[in-house]
Amino acid sequence: MADTTTTRPIIADMPHMPGIDEQSVESDRVLEGGDREMILNLGPQHPSTHGVLRVVLRLDGEVIRACDLVIGYLHRGTEKLGENARYVQFTPWTDRTDYISAPSNNLGYIMAVEKLLGITDRIPERATYFRVILAELTRIASHLVGIGTHAMDIGALSMSLFTFREREMILDLFENYCGARLTTNIMEVGGFQRPIPDTFWEQTREFLRVMPERLAEYEKLLNANPIWIGRTKGIGYISREDALSFGLTGPLLRAAGVNYDVRKALPYLVYDRLDFEIPLGENSDTYDRYLIRMEEMRQSLRIIEQCMAQMPTDGPLMADEPKFVFPPHDAVMFEAEAMQRHFKLVIEGFSPPPGEVYVGIENPKGELGYYIVSDGTPHAYRLRIRPPSMINLQIVNKISVGTMIADLIAILGTIDMVLGEVDR
Amino acid sequence: MAQEPQTVEPADTPPAPPHPAVQTVQQRFGNAVEEVVTFRDEITLRLQKDAVHDALQLLRDDAALRYDLLIDLTGVDWRVRAPRFDVVYQLYSTANRHRLRVKSGVNALERGDSIATASDLWASANWLERECYDMFGINFAGHPDLRRILLPEDWNEGYPLRKDYPLRGHKQWGQYH
Repeated sequence: MADTTTTRPIIADMPHMPGIDEQSVESDRVLEGGDREMILNLGPQHPSTHGVLRVVLRLDGEVIRACDLVIGYLHRGTEKLGENARYVQFTPWTDRTDYISAPSNNLGYIMAVEKLLGITDRIPERATYFRVILAELTRIASHLVGIGTHAMDIGALSMSLFTFREREMILDLFENYCGARLTTNIMEVGGFQRPIPDTFWEQTREFLRVMPERLAEYEKLLNANPIWIGRTKGIGYISREDALSFGLTGPLLRAAGVNYDVRKALPYLVYDRLDFEIPLGENSDTYDRYLIRMEEMRQSLRIIEQCMAQMPTDGPLMADEPKFVFPPHDAVMFEAEAMQRHFKLVIEGFSPPPGEVYVGIENPKGELGYYIVSDGTPHAYRLRIRPPSMINLQIVNKISVGTMIADLIAILGTIDMVLGEVDR
Repeated sequence: MAQEPQTVEPADTPPAPPHPAVQTVQQRFGNAVEEVVTFRDEITLRLQKDAVHDALQLLRDDAALRYDLLIDLTGVDWRVRAPRFDVVYQLYSTANRHRLRVKSGVNALERGDSIATASDLWASANWLERECYDMFGINFAGHPDLRRILLPEDWNEGYPLRKDYPLRGHKQWGQYH
């Protein structure tokens, strides 16, 4: 047994941790039968915490008695940066919050800025459909990473090899359109600047063709896998009341039986014209949430297919709003007015009217919201990112109590958080 | 210089009847409702600080309104205004599919001011209020565990999202560097 007077590193810098009192480091709390409780520090460099998350646990044997999540290791002050950059300059930063689903983050921010400017209705239809396609591709990519790493954490190592293979196809699609794979910076205020290459559609069709088989393949690997079922069924139960009280959104809330998906509840872009279903859970456990993510991927495939069918084959991709929108690249090179406009937008930016907007969209992880307060200058006065990962993560403190350490890994996997977004 | 957001509405639109949520809160807390702003179809209710907790509870529990999700809670620093900060609550009703924003002014922690916590109404407010405290230095009275969340526990360099916090500096953060 360790000498308790010398080994107190955790409590020394964590004076007020709830549920983990100052005396209980390793020895003071003696249980029946003479055993002692133990404080275990999981992370911040633990692989199954999906980033730099530190979990401090008070353990009775293998059973968790108290849990405290320590976040902030990846804090970069994104909101402060957003308040000191012009509106257009901030778009690349949104990629770096939830870095698994960059196009979707761009979309939320761009929609908030457009709403602030009052040009939401001016976006060409073709661009709107293309936004939906990119957002749904992102959803599939994010769920693939989520399920792959989740399965890898709890014993099904090969899953990540399969899911990352298909994610690669989506990243190739992003790369084909904008040249970047992860931090895409793909959306712009007003629509899209670059034309969509024909190869993009070929690749997308190919992806739509192979993906249903691959999803069936994953299910073959997991649905009848006794280890997977044993480690997910009945684990991490969240009641409906808790889900609402903890502000959960996304698959976690829908697994608890609450029908809230922003795409259906408050339709944005063209989601009201598309036919898709919102899967709901019954048991609200880790297995249910896995099933919901699988079904959401199928629905996303349906959405992409419909978008490709409904999307106008030609027409502008950029709104005709010279005050807010960059001129085409070719025009900048050869037309004096376009170059002046470009120069002005780069140097000065645009100034939305004073006011405040909140835009929430359905990100793969839950509701991603941008709350922007404008004071009429080219910078946001206040830029708040509503991070779904962070708000979803908080419930771990509650649902992990009474479970085994191994279940905590399953719970962290099913929350599907990205620490870049948790800490911003 | 920062200005308070103003309502921008075309002059020729007839005034629409207020939203049921606004009516309910106005009936119950008549004098405490300082302002109702509609901008881009979003309703913002500004309330007096002392009425916020009860109003949030009313909005959550009222059988017709049922704003059961606290989507977000954050602060805004107005620097020269008194009270200095706004605390902003974004509510959502899953039953009515409606968003509502509630705001209230509060002064800084070091002035001894505080606002009632919402963490007894929604568990999600726990971390959100901690973040608000961490970033703005707003005290939430009755919060069970008000300590820094994103910054290190013993960060004594102030509150970074305040407008007077420098964007860059040359100081080395010793142990955090």
